[in-house]
Amino acid sequence: MLILAIDTSAVASAALVSDDAPESVIGSFSTEDTRSHAEVLAPGVEELLAEAGVSGADVDAIVTGVGPGPFTGLRSGIVTARTLAFVWGKPLYGMMSLDAIALEVAESVDAAPEFIVATDARRKEVYWARYSLAAAQLPRLLDGPHVGFAADLPDLPVYGAGAGLYSDVVKAVPEFSSRQPEALSLGQFALARLAAGGQLLDSTPLYLRESDAQVPGPRKRAL
Amino acid sequence: MNRPQNQDGPLVLGIESSCDETGVGIVRGTRLLANTVASSMEEHVRFGGVIPEIASRAHLDAFVPTLRESLAEAGVTLAEIDAIAVTSGPGLAGALMVGVCAAKALAVATGKPLYAINHLVAHVGVGLLRPDGGAQPFAGALPENLGALLVSGGHTEILRIRNITEDVQLLGSTIDDAAGEAYDKVARLLGLGYPGGPAIDKLARTGNAKAIRFPRGLTQPKYLGTAEEPGPHRYDWSFSGLKTAVARCVEQFEARGETVPVADIAAAFQEAVVDVITSKAVLACRENGITELLLGGGVAANSRLRQLTEQRCTAAGIRLTVPPLELCTDNGAMVAALGAQLVMAGIAPSGIGFAPDSSMPVTSISA
Ligand SMILES: [Zn+2]
Repeated sequence: MLILAIDTSAVASAALVSDDAPESVIGSFSTEDTRSHAEVLAPGVEELLAEAGVSGADVDAIVTGVGPGPFTGLRSGIVTARTLAFVWGKPLYGMMSLDAIALEVAESVDAAPEFIVATDARRKEVYWARYSLAAAQLPRLLDGPHVGFAADLPDLPVYGAGAGLYSDVVKAVPEFSSRQPEALSLGQFALARLAAGGQLLDSTPLYLRESDAQVPGPRKRAL
Repeated sequence: MNRPQNQDGPLVLGIESSCDETGVGIVRGTRLLANTVASSMEEHVRFGGVIPEIASRAHLDAFVPTLRESLAEAGVTLAEIDAIAVTSGPGLAGALMVGVCAAKALAVATGKPLYAINHLVAHVGVGLLRPDGGAQPFAGALPENLGALLVSGGHTEILRIRNITEDVQLLGSTIDDAAGEAYDKVARLLGLGYPGGPAIDKLARTGNAKAIRFPRGLTQPKYLGTAEEPGPHRYDWSFSGLKTAVARCVEQFEARGETVPVADIAAAFQEAVVDVITSKAVLACRENGITELLLGGGVAANSRLRQLTEQRCTAAGIRLTVPPLELCTDNGAMVAALGAQLVMAGIAPSGIGFAPDSSMPVTSISA
């Protein structure tokens, strides 16, 4: 099974993963910056396909990170994935973006049996989720995703860029403290979950916050 | 890129998402094949104006269904399309981003060339479109000495179009609110709901426009100057002072304990907007040798604006053209129409590396 995975919940990234490839990786790219998704994503996907010699017809499914993440960036990946899936006539799935880091934690040397993944939600808040880990199993989502202040997180080791930003108030795991969700890990997680007979999400974005719009109150009268 | 050889011109798919309409239109040269629009207008009603984040969320969910419907309506497949065009600005940044990313994905998935297009110039492009069974506002080519007056919730501009693919100039624009925005704000003040344009237009017919006189922005000599020595805002508009004047007026009636004459205020407000828009537009036309004027944007639906523009254009010897209303409001067909012109003029596509530009100037016809 060949999956094109895309995630723009923080950085812009895409990957081709297949259960036929070593470590299931065919190719991937990701940017450092979190604000140029509209420019870099499509050229990155195009190059990724070209370098792998893969066309739309070869792809079996498309997986998109559905966040949580800053809205405008998040949407650029989801609309890209939805459009590719429509044109190519391929199934489209969603994955919660924090799962990408959770998988990397599970594969690291001394992962805690229960831990938090956190990313930057701006406005002095983090997006976070709690996972548990059992030997030889995929990380299991226990709680979340949520958005809130880092200081209010459960007292567990915290992985991801959201921990690095607030290492004064959380138990940040240093090796992971600038880690962002990326399409490669997300695609690998999706493959593994499908192989284990698990379900994936649809491509509905996990905004977690309302649009901020205020319904105007009645106008004050002059008397 | 293969240049299309058929006489009918290139088959172009256009995508629009700069404000609250998700539009996908398909044209073959100057022939309109499909114009599908999904609007999030209803979702903005309770806020009294377009909320950018709500519009962006709606674009994300509307894009693929709108695309599918437009292809079905035109009876064409993506494989047959010669080029894709997308609004890359000006407009709401987050909203533009959705259409631009979708268009780029479409280009990647189909291998078709992509044009990043200026929304304002695209409003002029509809002048070239021939709806099925309908008449083409301008037969075959745009006339020389063409100007465009664009009035909507997002913009108020007067343009000179020497060549729609190469030479477009901004003669004047609003320096604060768009005219449609002023209508929305005043409608809210008067308790008339959203969108304000149709509500005020309707009520104004029952009011006395001369009962109150509201200010016409930027019409003092220090802003206007003379034809020889133009002032800093000779062809520009400002509507924020007018909105404040309406608020003061309402407060004064209330402070005196009198009934607010809502219909008269609506009529007087509309007269102030329409008077200053048309007088400055006609002034810009006369002083720039413009003899053909195209009216575009959603406020083109306003009955008084059409009436007074027609009247003043006729008096000044200017021929006015108003495209069908569904082509005046934001839509994908206008983007496709301009895209087709760019293809036919041999202009190179934009590629897929460009960034949307929320303040794209009209001098950038494509990126
Ligand atoms: Zn417009």
